[in-house]
Amino acid sequence: MLLGLCPTLAVTSSAKDGFGMGVATFAVLTMSNVVVSSIRKIIPHKMRIPAFIVVIAAFVTMIDLMMQAYTPKLSESLGLFIPLIVVNCIILGRAEAYAYKRTVFFALNDGIAMGLGFTITLTIMGAIREITGGGSIFGYSLFGESFNPALIMILPPGAFLTLGYMLALRNYINNRKESAQKDNLAT
Amino acid sequence: MDGHISLTYYILLTINSIFVSNIIFAKFLGICPYLGVSKKIDTAFGMGMAVTFVLTLSNAFTYIVQKTILVPFHLEFLQTIAFILIIASLVQFVEIFMKKKLNVLYQSLGIYLPLITTNCAILGLAILAMQKEYNFITSIVFALANGLGFLLAIILFAGVREKLEYAQISPALKGAPVSIITAAIISMAFMGFSGLVKI
Repeated sequence: MLLGLCPTLAVTSSAKDGFGMGVATFAVLTMSNVVVSSIRKIIPHKMRIPAFIVVIAAFVTMIDLMMQAYTPKLSESLGLFIPLIVVNCIILGRAEAYAYKRTVFFALNDGIAMGLGFTITLTIMGAIREITGGGSIFGYSLFGESFNPALIMILPPGAFLTLGYMLALRNYINNRKESAQKDNLAT
Repeated sequence: MDGHISLTYYILLTINSIFVSNIIFAKFLGICPYLGVSKKIDTAFGMGMAVTFVLTLSNAFTYIVQKTILVPFHLEFLQTIAFILIIASLVQFVEIFMKKKLNVLYQSLGIYLPLITTNCAILGLAILAMQKEYNFITSIVFALANGLGFLLAIILFAGVREKLEYAQISPALKGAPVSIITAAIISMAFMGFSGLVKI
């Protein structure tokens, strides 16, 4: 969960941007997982990290060019963070920890699952910040004119706050599950 | 960017990069090491220095490669691949060089160097400097100032986190959540600098 934080914080000022970033990462992650897994027997062990980086960078460049061509607005608002998918720890981490050791099918599965998780998280974060900070979701206004949005939520501190409280919520749920299990064992 | 760039401009650029559009709080680059290596002030200082050092070097190298190889041959679309490879090999090279020649420095910065390759601050700033069409010296000053901004941010954060160790925190907030919320508050404080300089 604590991998790939930079895009998580930077591009989630609206649900749409978060979703776009999630989809871009999803595509790169899936394709790089498949390629890494299919060439895993050819790459010498010592050269694996540079090889992964080249594969990932190639896909990121493709996505970047495609987004510039087909979704120029989204590409503009994500800006710098599309090329930065290269250094997203999630992708390199999955290539190293999973795709390098499994067959293509499992790697594809893993890429899809991880990518979906990332997309959903980004979209939720974007939605929270857009609702609280702008009073709208995916660009549609929710509350009408009288709503006074908390502007801080779409500014940088809001990103940290949202992520912090989302993590706290997850911890809270996990803690409750654990203590419930303990209670079950005790009785 | 025209040819005439004064000293005042560099000073403003430096202040702007350190305080106003801080690399962590406004640009959101380099968050991973910022949260990962900030438990103690000593290690935070080491990481900050290592980032500043590599940042400055990598911006210089990527600038040279961009202007001498990518632009003349119309290969700008290979920017991402080229830059990440330059940064990865540069970090390796610096590590080997330091180990042989500057052992004292290596002892203090060495362990942080490999971590820097996957630090998005380095690649991000290299691309940013190209997008803003800075010239060679400006892009080095830009990198150095942003490195110092990172150093300031990570030391402040580490200072607060050292105190947090002794605080009573509710179990759900313990660990990462409370650190990130702390970062949010520091980031709010940094917003007070906005509008300080205009460039």
